[in-house]
Amino acid sequence: MHTLTLAQQLQKLEAKEFSSLELTQHYLERIKRLDGELNSFITTTEELALAQAKAADSKRAAGDSAPLLGVPIAHKDIFCTDGVLTSCGSKMLSNFKAPYNATVVENYLNAGAVTLGKTNMDEFAMGSSNETSYFGKVLNPWARDCVPGGSSGGSAACVAARLAPAATATDTGGSIRQPAALCGITGIKPTYGRVSRWGMIAFASSLDQGGVMAQTAEDCALMLSTMASYDSKDSTSIDKEVPDYSAGLNASLDGLRIGVPEEYFGEGLDPGTEQAVQDAIKVYQSLGAEIVSITLPHTELAVPAYYVIAPAECSANLSRFDGVRYGYRCENPQDLEDLYKRSRGEAFGEEVKRRILVGTYALSAGYYDAYYRKAQQVRRLMKQDFEQAFAKVDLILGPTSPSPAFPFGSKTDDPVAMYLEDIYTIATNLAGLPGMSLPCGLVDGKPVGLQLIGNYFDEARMLGAAHRFQQATDFHSLAPAGIE
Amino acid sequence: MNPSEIQKIAHLARVHISDDVAEETAKSITEVLGLVDQLQAADTDGVAPMAHPLDAVQRLRADVVTETNVREKMQSIAPATEEGLYLVPKVID
Amino acid sequence: MQWETVIGLEVHVQLNTNTKIFSGSSIAFGAEPNTQASLVDLAMPGTLPVANEEAFRKAVMFGLAIDAEIGKESVFERKNYFYPDLPKGYQTTQLDKPIVIGGHVDIQVGEATKRVRIHHAHLEEDAGKSLHEDFHGMSGIDLNRAGTPLIEIVTEPDIRSADEAVAFARKLHALVSSLGICDGEMSQGSMRFDVNISVRPMGEDKLGTRTETKNLNSFRFMERCIEQEVERQIEVIEDGGSITQETRLYNGDTHTAKSMRSKEEANDYRYFPCPDLLPVHIDDDYIEQVRKLLPELPAARKARFEEQYGLSAYDAELLSDSAVSAQFFEAATAKSGDAKLSANWLMGEVSARLNAEEISLSEAPINAEQLGELILRIKDGTISSKIAKTVFDALWKGEGDVDLIIEAKGLKQVSDSGALEKIVDEVINNNAAQVENYRAADDDKKPKMLGFFVGQCMKASKGQANPQQLNKILKEKLA
Repeated sequence: MHTLTLAQQLQKLEAKEFSSLELTQHYLERIKRLDGELNSFITTTEELALAQAKAADSKRAAGDSAPLLGVPIAHKDIFCTDGVLTSCGSKMLSNFKAPYNATVVENYLNAGAVTLGKTNMDEFAMGSSNETSYFGKVLNPWARDCVPGGSSGGSAACVAARLAPAATATDTGGSIRQPAALCGITGIKPTYGRVSRWGMIAFASSLDQGGVMAQTAEDCALMLSTMASYDSKDSTSIDKEVPDYSAGLNASLDGLRIGVPEEYFGEGLDPGTEQAVQDAIKVYQSLGAEIVSITLPHTELAVPAYYVIAPAECSANLSRFDGVRYGYRCENPQDLEDLYKRSRGEAFGEEVKRRILVGTYALSAGYYDAYYRKAQQVRRLMKQDFEQAFAKVDLILGPTSPSPAFPFGSKTDDPVAMYLEDIYTIATNLAGLPGMSLPCGLVDGKPVGLQLIGNYFDEARMLGAAHRFQQATDFHSLAPAGIE
Repeated sequence: MNPSEIQKIAHLARVHISDDVAEETAKSITEVLGLVDQLQAADTDGVAPMAHPLDAVQRLRADVVTETNVREKMQSIAPATEEGLYLVPKVID
Repeated sequence: MQWETVIGLEVHVQLNTNTKIFSGSSIAFGAEPNTQASLVDLAMPGTLPVANEEAFRKAVMFGLAIDAEIGKESVFERKNYFYPDLPKGYQTTQLDKPIVIGGHVDIQVGEATKRVRIHHAHLEEDAGKSLHEDFHGMSGIDLNRAGTPLIEIVTEPDIRSADEAVAFARKLHALVSSLGICDGEMSQGSMRFDVNISVRPMGEDKLGTRTETKNLNSFRFMERCIEQEVERQIEVIEDGGSITQETRLYNGDTHTAKSMRSKEEANDYRYFPCPDLLPVHIDDDYIEQVRKLLPELPAARKARFEEQYGLSAYDAELLSDSAVSAQFFEAATAKSGDAKLSANWLMGEVSARLNAEEISLSEAPINAEQLGELILRIKDGTISSKIAKTVFDALWKGEGDVDLIIEAKGLKQVSDSGALEKIVDEVINNNAAQVENYRAADDDKKPKMLGFFVGQCMKASKGQANPQQLNKILKEKLA
């Protein structure tokens, strides 16, 4: 059952070839058997999943046809789930049973999906290797000595290992696309504002966006149609009708103009990765697309701008974790200041503290203009780069990350090297554009990701292009060894 | 960035940084700031800062009470409460 | 040396919306602790703010009422600091792009009108409360108030004395009450003042170093605090010292202010635009719509009272100040048909009684119709002005309506000439010696001497004789 895509599972559930309960039990059994080592889940919600599966089966028997009725999925542990541990990968929230559901979680409940559990992640989504999680690292199912990418490493690894057909995730600077690339699966980060941020624990509010991961673009389309919604509880949510992302998957690529930015093929790109991406370009040409060379001149400023804006926003977003109303509180605080400093000092990991300090510094008196204001100006320049590009092309294509999965520990002592992992993904977050990653080859047995970037609210076209690619290739159906 | 500057920032952020790691923290933050300083090369004259990815406008909410008393549920996950209040070390004005 | 005091005020005004500025929680006063604290108010992870339209409408009303510019693009910022009554670790407020820019409030200083310029007013959220009762050495935090919408009104340093500051504060209080944007309940913290004070030698242009005293929630506290602080500053300077720029906290129990710990000096609020909230756009149509629905404001009302009722500037100022007193006055006048008498009674008897009982006009046991009726009965001669005070006492005690009281107590004025003549004859007969003296006296002494007979007649009539008629009859009979 687990080799089927989510779309296939839905068909078989509909055809009553198996029940949701059987499917759910199958996945729960796989998680028990295989995840001990992989560590892709922080929490499995077995009882809840079984109850939801039974309910889904009786609903189906009663003629209900909710869009995701009975399919089991996993949620990144950044989405609040009522009564269930929502840790955000941090010691700070290692005791936090969220008192409410995120809108995304509600949307999936309403669509009939079954919750298998909550997936592992870099602490507060800060990381590109899943090594900063308080709950331990996640192994890459393709190469167990390597990272799965981050911050949605747990979601990526569990889908890659077929421990769930699909999972929710979030992307602030590449946290969906980079782990999807490193784990050989498909992932999409939609346009900023497309998915509600209510109940999604904030890292950098103006960059964070929820999205999904699955084996195929077709599954991502199904998942996104449920996830995306206008939400009056999120002021930055956009009141725009959500299209049926599955409807246009088979659109012809004839005459589709695909831009290839020269800046995405410079120094630092692994040759094997570059080759795989060049091969993918040829596939698109054979499908009728027109390849156009473009330029995004401010690309090299993306990482520097991001490492001002994201830390600045996170330094304020994480101030609420003070040991007063929920979460970790240090033992025997001597006074208020001690309560704050020790609770936060003891419960935040090194990377989180580093970013809080960088952000605090960038916003502090005398530095605001040189850092924060400057970064916001550069941000506009980057957005203008994209606007100019989209005047000429329909989609932008490039590598998702500079190289395939790297070994554990190889970048942990060098934050700047780690930050450069996201060099190709960060610009889309700064601009608020949708982006996705899909498998386009293997280098030394490790997957390579192809990135597509779409224009604002043009997810359907991007998913269609990905789907046509997946019909012409079979990288997406490759599975790592040992998970059969 | 030196350790004493780090301690100043850490105080603003209310994060305890022990003296034995302050040096190391200072070093890594200096590196990050080095990366960030590449921004200074950008020509941003006359460019308006961009706070949001979309040029959208705030929607306003109708002034209608939608929330109910959820004290019990909220305080069931709180570290310390008494008589409906959250407890903290003595606040001295 | 002569010193000049320079004062600027920052006034926090709680808006009387139904809900908080960024959440749908009620802001009703007096609820059990933390029962009006929702997910958003508690800053639960993953929660987001959505701004309340009514808070904006009320802020715009205020801006229009003080002739200010309305910020077409209004931006919320985060002001970062840690405090247990601030759940998010930052206050959502406005800095560079506030909702109200400029404007002025005119105050009456003696006979003159003085203009106090407003620098700006911005929208922000209130903090919760720290309760200092001892919970085993801990403090308790109540977040019901956290997120209550406030406008913070910042004046230019135009105020020159404690009296002016109080006049400004009262005027502002009247204004926000008239506008219906604040309940004006000072004792519940609906209006709170931070006072910036400095002194400088008279004639000096440069401002002296200022101190800021926070947490003043009554006019009286503000007055005392300013007087004390001005005295303190002058003393320090005259003793050769200098003023330290500092924040001081006023204690309403001990009536003293003290410097807050110097640690506050290190505060660096790290303002930046709140990424969870988008800029609020306000267009001209909206502003005009709000302007059309503005109630009559005290300044316009004052002018109308002078014009329509012929009141003096002083009377008009007093009566137009608050919507409650203006309504009371107009309703009483409508009933009595006499604006001057209505004004006099309101500012005289009624006001004295309110002061004595320390209650407000809206709590008075009599209503405007009753006062109007009382005045009507004076005017139509049913009772004398003197007797009217007796009726007023009874009204105040709730002994029934005006006519009922007059009837029940037999207070009707005696205007019947036959009855009056009978009384006068009796008094003349009983005071033969005085009558003789009167008749022998010079004409210029007679009016004074007549007083004796009036008094006797009044006594005999139990005060109910019509004084004009009585005078006439007496003069005739004594001639």
